[in-house]
Amino acid sequence: MHEYSIVSALVDQVAVAARAHPTGTVKRVHVAIGELAGVELELLATAFETFRDHTVCAQADLVIEPRPACWRCPRCQVELARGAVLRCGACQVPARLVTGDEIILQRVELDLGDDDQGGT
Amino acid sequence: MCTDCGCGDPDVVPLEVQGRILSDNDERAQHNREHFAAAGVLAVNLMGSPGAGKTAILEATARHQRGLRLAALAGDLATERDAARLEAAGIPARAITTGSACHLDAKMVHHALHALPIAGLDVLFIENVGNLVCPAVYDLGQAANVVALSVTEGEDKPLKYPTMFLKADLVLLTKTDLLPHLDFDLAAVEDALARAMPEPRMIAVSARTGAGVDAWLAWLAERRARLTSAAAPSDGRLHHGHGHVHGPGHDHGHAHARPHDPDHDRHR
Repeated sequence: MHEYSIVSALVDQVAVAARAHPTGTVKRVHVAIGELAGVELELLATAFETFRDHTVCAQADLVIEPRPACWRCPRCQVELARGAVLRCGACQVPARLVTGDEIILQRVELDLGDDDQGGT
Repeated sequence: MCTDCGCGDPDVVPLEVQGRILSDNDERAQHNREHFAAAGVLAVNLMGSPGAGKTAILEATARHQRGLRLAALAGDLATERDAARLEAAGIPARAITTGSACHLDAKMVHHALHALPIAGLDVLFIENVGNLVCPAVYDLGQAANVVALSVTEGEDKPLKYPTMFLKADLVLLTKTDLLPHLDFDLAAVEDALARAMPEPRMIAVSARTGAGVDAWLAWLAERRARLTSAAAPSDGRLHHGHGHVHGPGHDHGHAHARPHDPDHDRHR
C-alpha cells in the first residue's frame, strides 16, 4: 500500500505548483503511471480520495493516464512483443524499457474564478 | 482558458509540471549514495517476500565471508528480530521499524545511518521489508538490488511481480536444499526471469548447506571492485550537494563546505 505514500508526495508537489496562483483552486491533477511502475491504479485513486481532504487537492479530481510498457532493442529499435524474452532476437542485446515505469505528475489545473478559496 | 479537458472554462489555468512524483525520495537517495561513495561501501538493497530467506542468506554470508567487513540495516514492520539475528551472526545491524509502512524509503535509511557507522565497511546490506511489490518503487541510494526468491514460492513469481524483477541486478534463488522435495522447474524460473529482466542473472544458493554462497560472495566482490574502480574522490571525501536532508547536529564522518540551512532538517 505504498500508494498512500505516493499520494502524500503528489499532494506536496501539487501544493508547490499551485503557489503560482495563491487564490486559485486546484480542480484537476493529471498523472501518468507506467504499467511497470509498481503502482496499482485503483489503489492510487482510492488513496487520493482519502488523502485529499484538508489539502490543496480537497476539491480536485485525479486524472490517471496509464502508460503501457514498451521494450525496444537499443540497437535496431524494434519493439518487442508483450511477454517476450527481453532480448533482441536479431541483435542479441538486452532490450531497453522505453516507457512503462514512470510515476509522473504531468499537470495541475487551477480555477482562478473561485475567489473565496484561499489556495495554499 | 482550459484547453485541455474540453470544458472551455475561461478561469481554468493549466500548470505543466512533468516531474517525478517521488523526486523528493530520489534526492534523498542521491544523498545516501554520496554517503556510501564517500565511505567506499557497496550498498545492497536486499528484497523479497516474507520468508524468502533474506536474513538467512546474510547469516550464511557472514559465515563464509572471507574477511569482508559487513553491516546491515534491517527493515521490519514491527520487530527487531532480524537485526538481532544478524548481530548474533556477527553482522553489526540496526533495525528500521517501519510501523505500517510496507517498504523502506531513502529518509528511513538515512536516519538509520546515524546509528550505524559505515566508514571502513566493504558491504552494507539494506534488508528491505518482506514484500515483492512496494520496495521496488523506492530508490534508497543503493548500488545494487538483489531479490531473494525461494524455491517454495514457485517459478512464476517474476511474471507476477515484474516490477520487482525489472529492478533486480541479481536474483538469489534460495532454499535450494529443498529442491529434492519439490516439483520446482529451474528452466521455468530462468525463462520467467528472461521475460522480466533484460539482463537476467541468477545464483542458486542454500543458506543451510552453503551451496552457491561462494558464487554469491564472488558477485559481491565483483560489484565492490567495480565501485572502487569507478570513482575515488581525490581528497577521500565527496562534498555532496545541498538541499540534503539531515539535521544540523549530525555527524557521519563527512565535512560540509558550508553551514546547514535553517530549514535543513526535514526529518519527520
